Amino acid sequence: METFYWLDKLVLVVLLFLISLGIAAYQTYFERKLAAWIQDRVGPDRAGPFGILQPIADGVKMFMKEDFTPSNADRWLFILGPGIAMFTSLITSAIIPWGPNLHLFGREISLQVAEINIGILFAFGIISIGVYGIMIGGWASNNKYSLFGAIRASSQMISYELAMGISAITIIMISGSLNLREIVESQHGLNWNIWYQPVAFIVFFICALAETNRAPFDLPECENELIGGYHTEYSSMKLGLFLFSEYVAMFVSSAIMAILFFGGYNFPGMDALADTPNLLAIIGVSVFFAKIFALIFVFMWIRWTLPRFRFDQLMHLGWKVLIPIALINMLITGFVVAFYHHWF
Amino acid sequence: MESLTNRKKVVSDKPMTFVEKLYLPAIVKGMMVTFKHMLKRRKTVKYPEETREFAPIYRGMHVLKRDEQGRENCTACGLCAVACPAEAITMTSAERTKDQAHLYREEKYAVTYEINMLRCIFCGLCEEACPKEAVFLTDRLVPTQFERGEFIYGKDKLVEPVDSRIDITQRQFTGKRTKV
Repeated sequence: METFYWLDKLVLVVLLFLISLGIAAYQTYFERKLAAWIQDRVGPDRAGPFGILQPIADGVKMFMKEDFTPSNADRWLFILGPGIAMFTSLITSAIIPWGPNLHLFGREISLQVAEINIGILFAFGIISIGVYGIMIGGWASNNKYSLFGAIRASSQMISYELAMGISAITIIMISGSLNLREIVESQHGLNWNIWYQPVAFIVFFICALAETNRAPFDLPECENELIGGYHTEYSSMKLGLFLFSEYVAMFVSSAIMAILFFGGYNFPGMDALADTPNLLAIIGVSVFFAKIFALIFVFMWIRWTLPRFRFDQLMHLGWKVLIPIALINMLITGFVVAFYHHWF
Repeated sequence: MESLTNRKKVVSDKPMTFVEKLYLPAIVKGMMVTFKHMLKRRKTVKYPEETREFAPIYRGMHVLKRDEQGRENCTACGLCAVACPAEAITMTSAERTKDQAHLYREEKYAVTYEINMLRCIFCGLCEEACPKEAVFLTDRLVPTQFERGEFIYGKDKLVEPVDSRIDITQRQFTGKRTKV
């Protein structure tokens, strides 16, 4: 039984790795398409039908480029930077419950790599480490633009993590657990957290935009002021890893938002399928991915609508607006939960 | 004071209301605008596969015409070269021999006739200057090249082939040119 357990996990890990990378690759394609549509253009359409092979062409291009290390750069940190960025983006997917349990070969297979009881804390911890990739990359480049980008990234991430954590606490208070699986189970059917915590969702979503360095919070890498920010000096697949990790992070943070606020793999009418668990699992996973894709779409839609913040506006929004809102929301939620449980 | 134009605007700097300070309604409004653009019809012309429709008097690549018997119209008078404001046209002339009568319409003909397509501004003055109905601008485009020298078009590229004539009747019946 033990060997089967490890085999299941291994298959799941490899599958998740491939899915994350595949989705990230096609996010780049879809991002370009969406940008084109919003700007009344056609977008990439030369590689294959509808340009569907564009990500592969881009990947090959990235590999063929010269891998250049600046002479004054710290060589090992220079390599470590993109590695950490990619690693932290990918590792978060391990704790996400992708669907209800499958029943195959007379066994119950969990669609979650690691069911740890402090799942959400783990996610936040890893996201905080994510800034080190950008910091180290920007520092090791030995370039003023890179350093500016790295400093902006770290201050931005620290500022927005607070509001993000506080708005996540409201969800933890409602569901009474840090375990992501239990948080999902508590939102059975259409009993999603978004109906109870719309304010927390908005705060969380804005912070997620900032955490993944997406527009309008893409100050660490703004092309026109910092000529690329922290990845100015990077080329070839190291640059590819940085850009790619942003898309993986977007995918994973959409998954976390879908879990916390949109009920993960829950969908209305799921009780009717209770006696066919495999069908339930398949539909659950598809529903979960549909929610993730919808959130990714909103991420991209916002990017191509809003202009970038100025840095002082960013700090103002983070510290003076989002944190107070999240705190008040947390207090109100706390009182309501306490009254609900008759603790007074 | 009365304003001279009616474009005067009163500028106000009144503080934003609470709803305006939230920014979210404005953001949603902006996102609706971009969403509408997402569903619009694209106006892009996918160039190599489809081309834009040209006007009948479009001034593109030149052609040196032949007459009905397949003889070259050009008599190498040089009026087109004189008319050319960009000095893109050069030619050398020669006298027609007896056995060349089926090749050239007039007694004098152009041995070489070159248009530098990089200098040409496609104004069409050569066409207007030509007394022999020999040079016309067509709706064909000058293709891109990697070398400058390849843009100097000689007779091999300019004279229309006998078996595939270039139709210029469209532009002859528009504008000031009325007779054929």
